Amino acid sequence: MQLVLEKRAERSNTIALVSPLIAIGLTIVTMSILFAVLGKNPLLALHAYFIAPLTDGYSLQEIAVKATPLVMIAIGLSLCYLANAWNIGAEGQFLIGAVAGSWIAVKTQGTDAGAWVLPAMLVLAAAAGALYALIPAICKVKFGASEILTSLMLVYVADLFLDYLVRGPWRDPQGFNFPTTAEFDPVATVPVLIEGGRLHLGTIIALLVVAAAAVLLGRTIKGFEIRVVGAAPRAARFGGFNANQLVVLTFAISGALAGLAGIIEVAGPVGHLQPGISPGYGFTAIIVAFLGRLNPIGILIAGLFLALTFIGGEQAQIAMKIPLDVTKVFQGILLFYVLACDSLILYRFRLVFPNRQVARVTG
Amino acid sequence: MLLVEAIILSVLAASTPLLIAATGELVTERSGVLNLGVEGMMIMGAACGFAGAWLTGSTIIGALCGIVAGILMSLIFALMTLGLAVNQVATGLALTILGVGLSGLIGAGFVGERIAPAAHLDLPVLTNIPLVGRVVFGEDGLVYVSLALIIGVWWFLYRTRPGLILRACGDNHVSAHALGYPVLRIRTFAVMFGGACAGLAGAYLPLAYTPFFIPGMTAGRGWIALALVVFSSWRPGRLVVGAYLFGAVTILQLHAQGWGIGVPSQFMSALPYLATVIVLVLLSRARTGGSTAPAALGTVFVPDR
Repeated sequence: MQLVLEKRAERSNTIALVSPLIAIGLTIVTMSILFAVLGKNPLLALHAYFIAPLTDGYSLQEIAVKATPLVMIAIGLSLCYLANAWNIGAEGQFLIGAVAGSWIAVKTQGTDAGAWVLPAMLVLAAAAGALYALIPAICKVKFGASEILTSLMLVYVADLFLDYLVRGPWRDPQGFNFPTTAEFDPVATVPVLIEGGRLHLGTIIALLVVAAAAVLLGRTIKGFEIRVVGAAPRAARFGGFNANQLVVLTFAISGALAGLAGIIEVAGPVGHLQPGISPGYGFTAIIVAFLGRLNPIGILIAGLFLALTFIGGEQAQIAMKIPLDVTKVFQGILLFYVLACDSLILYRFRLVFPNRQVARVTG
Repeated sequence: MLLVEAIILSVLAASTPLLIAATGELVTERSGVLNLGVEGMMIMGAACGFAGAWLTGSTIIGALCGIVAGILMSLIFALMTLGLAVNQVATGLALTILGVGLSGLIGAGFVGERIAPAAHLDLPVLTNIPLVGRVVFGEDGLVYVSLALIIGVWWFLYRTRPGLILRACGDNHVSAHALGYPVLRIRTFAVMFGGACAGLAGAYLPLAYTPFFIPGMTAGRGWIALALVVFSSWRPGRLVVGAYLFGAVTILQLHAQGWGIGVPSQFMSALPYLATVIVLVLLSRARTGGSTAPAALGTVFVPDR
């Protein structure tokens, strides 16, 4: 028995729409099996993961809070991936943005600095993220160094740099020797939207980013160039589009968004700079970008869905003692199914048996 | 033990996992497949290797468990990229994300446990020769395995017919297919070999390097192994040089802290990663005349019948 792929004459738009849903369905089936292997009741576990967080207001706010950085980073990554530039160091750009923005918060701590502090933090964080992302982009266009490896190496460097700052120069003297800065002043904090809740202004910024990306990709020449360079590099060369310039541009945008997400997370839900401010947002955002089909609206939905898995994972841990790593396994399996189902858009699968009997598996 | 001797021994130990993982990836990439999931396969090798060794008390069974884990992971990758023609970059990332999660799940029960580290070779008389004795004759077994592996790969790629065919698949899969070679089958074996090596390299960490398992203990070594393959220009000889250089940078970083150099430890720890970036830039720059990478590297191949 052999699996054979046949190229479709044209891409199947029906499958393009339903393939993320098929992927989610297959992931849930696989997870049920995993839960059973772990000795947990799959139905109860799935309920804890996917239904319980949707039933109370607090969890719904938490989902929006978790989705905020995921969506912002994934929007930037989707621009890179559309232009065939492989930025996988968003985690590092996120951390550097958090560090750069925190610098202002730390330096103005306890002074009566005015309302300019938070805007300045956001701007500096975005600039720092963009600059950090430009390192692999420029190494790629100038020297041909693989941006995949260089952007990833810089994640470890950013992580160690943050670690150095919070254990050394920026450590809170009153922090009982914990590696953390002092709590940010109110002027250096992202305001919450609902009194007493955790939903904050960053979520609005994320929605604006989604809208801006939709306009950029759907309504502008630059967006068209990005899509053509990625989808048909030869045609793009004939069209006179500069692929290198687009690598630099998309890396800068995605770095800026990751940096912005970093400072919003630190100055918002976390409230101070410390190691472990990201549970792998930069990597999970890669899944969000693909699950959302590299489309801004798709990414918004995918970001909410993956945020649900984070919150559900925490609740399942508390309620059913399911290890937190199950969430990462879930996300990894989901990405596999998303990619596998995408294959159906371009190909038909057939099973060929040695006795030349051909069975069609999917239309 | 002399300081020089101690440093050389620790460099060899730090280089060995890089060399084993990079050797596997070299073969995979020579067949035309870019598997970015080395980190994920390595960390699974580390978790399963430790679990196997802890449950059975045998280093060898632990190493075998690591190898099997690596192969299973690589088979998922092969099914996706070779069977379903999915983008290799995205699939490799998925493999790493899955590996990190699964290894955490498997390893959770073993955090804090200890095992006896792999035995070092001890030959009477020879091992006691001053200076060279311990370095040449007193390593743990996997150091010798790693050297045998890279020599074997060199011999296979450049001195055997299957090696020639494998390289042909990597350089031009259409021609190789036209000549009647089963490109996808050859690539599947190459990917599995890469997985086996990555799994073994991962298992080396808890079995021989440190006697315990902690989540995330590969710490980016899989990615450095990928960079080493680029560094080596896809040639086994240079791979050995590269792996030992990087091992030396890692150890330098550890010793610098001991020597009380006034640089924060985090900056020293960042050295191997910064070195990787710099080396990639310098090499890519030196190579502007044309890439030495296998021509079909990373491209999807769907045979039309």
